[in-house]
Amino acid sequence: MTRANLALLILVACLAALPLFGGAYALRLGTMACMYAVLALSWNVVGGFAGYPSFATAAFFGFGAYVTGVLLNAGVSLTVATLAALAGGFLLAGLLGVVLLRLRGHYFAIASLSLVGVLRELVNNATDLTGGGMGLNIPLASGSSILADATFFFYAMWGLLLATALMLVTVSISKLGFGLVCIRQNETAANMIGLNATLYKSMAFGLSACFVAAAGGVYAAWVHYIDPSDVFDILYSVKPIVMTLMGGLGSPLGALCGALLYLALEEVVWRNYIQIHSGVLGLLIVALLLLLPHGIVSLRITGLWRRAKHV
Amino acid sequence: MLAAQIVINALVLGSLYACIAIGFSLVWGVLNVINLIHGSMIVLGAYLAWGLYQALAVSPWYVLPVAVPLFFVFGYLLQRLLLNRVISAPVLVTLTLTFGLDLILNNAMIYFFKADYRKLTLKPPLGSVSLFGVVVPVDRLIATVLALALTGLLYILLRRSRVGRAIVAVRLDRDAAVLMGVDVKSIYAIAFGIGAALAGSAGVLMALIFPISALTSTAYLDKAFVVCVLGGLGSVSGALAGGLLLALAEGIGSATIGPAYATTLSFAMLIVFLLVRPQGLLGRKGFE
Repeated sequence: MTRANLALLILVACLAALPLFGGAYALRLGTMACMYAVLALSWNVVGGFAGYPSFATAAFFGFGAYVTGVLLNAGVSLTVATLAALAGGFLLAGLLGVVLLRLRGHYFAIASLSLVGVLRELVNNATDLTGGGMGLNIPLASGSSILADATFFFYAMWGLLLATALMLVTVSISKLGFGLVCIRQNETAANMIGLNATLYKSMAFGLSACFVAAAGGVYAAWVHYIDPSDVFDILYSVKPIVMTLMGGLGSPLGALCGALLYLALEEVVWRNYIQIHSGVLGLLIVALLLLLPHGIVSLRITGLWRRAKHV
Repeated sequence: MLAAQIVINALVLGSLYACIAIGFSLVWGVLNVINLIHGSMIVLGAYLAWGLYQALAVSPWYVLPVAVPLFFVFGYLLQRLLLNRVISAPVLVTLTLTFGLDLILNNAMIYFFKADYRKLTLKPPLGSVSLFGVVVPVDRLIATVLALALTGLLYILLRRSRVGRAIVAVRLDRDAAVLMGVDVKSIYAIAFGIGAALAGSAGVLMALIFPISALTSTAYLDKAFVVCVLGGLGSVSGALAGGLLLALAEGIGSATIGPAYATTLSFAMLIVFLLVRPQGLLGRKGFE
């Protein structure tokens, strides 16, 4: 295991100590941090390793949220519903991946972007099942205090983050990860030497979707109310990319740091300048790409971090 | 009669779709950049028409000569100062940069114009013409004619003018164009400027027909994507063909399945085309 991967797991482990220090607000922020980190790390599998610029994160997030929401309303327990979202997300992405990942570059980016719109529209139209534009209420877990509730959802999201980090580390040291890097560097050549590119890419797409879907599920149970424009928000697709770019492309540790830094910035902007928060996000993106294209991992703090490999 | 009405509606809507998409297609084809600000620029053009009509009662068709140079300069500077710095970076970077710029422009419009839907209502209203039971509102007719005129203008510009030929040359083979003495950097900026000018003028025309709000920008962008893929990237005639095909499919789809599934339908078409005919209906490598 490389030093960066070890640092990633240590950082995740440190996050678990948060409930010892903070109240309900800190727990809410911590839950958001874990959720963002799940999205950013998951995006890394398909965007970082395989080099496919996916904008489909929001599609799988919303998919997971709705699967879990509908199942919870049908009386299924949260664990089972989240697992169903996880498995469903993996299958959906894996199957869609067979078709979508034939496209490259811009075309793939657009197709994945429009997937979000399509799922949103389908959910909007299936009023009987999902409540359509009215949204979906999700029953409250009865009988627990606010703080206990907050702690529970924090650990649920943290568990997902741990699982995502472990998945990412496993992929990066496995044959799958090596194959994905080959695909990024030269897909035609990888195909030529007998690597089943379609299978590898679909696996990557599935893995990058399943924990996102599960995070959507936990999110739905956490906020108790979801509607299509909320969970299929295109910003859920873009934020993980911004976080990854902030942290440094192709570095899982960078993605996690980027997620935490991004959340901190977002919270400050959101609290103080609500009317212009998306404009500030835009400014941040532009400044980041023009001034710090390799992310914070590329900042040299002597001896602490090595320069991230540019990919 | 319904069939004839659907066809006429598709012709009207298709020309407008083509007008929305040609600027986007030009930028994509020449600079290899997906310009996500395109939708917001269209809305900005619509606000320009709306504002001038409210303040000075200038009809939208007189706004066009103002909008074209304004938006050209805006696009030219945007490319020169910002986009040019990352022009050779991977897809992800240019795409994310234009997304960031779009967030800024969109938020600025919501801030200044509020999120309310506005409508430019001409006084007195122009009414509609009907022929053999097919009804077409006059304002739509004017918008269609102007959209076709703009499309034709771009076609002539690319075919006849020196700059146009240089743009086509860069699109065909950038390296060869450099060897022939074409200043690629300034061609990039000019092409982006033309793209912005077309977006702004398309917005002026949209103001005649559709309600105006910053929130509609993604809808325009989606149309531009689909039209480009259906018709073939980076050609004027391709954009026209793609626009007509999309409008026709939407018209037939709305009449048979229901308008609520419009996005799903166009996504399905998008995927089928990308897989079966990725170069589009009239796709060739060149730009005219």
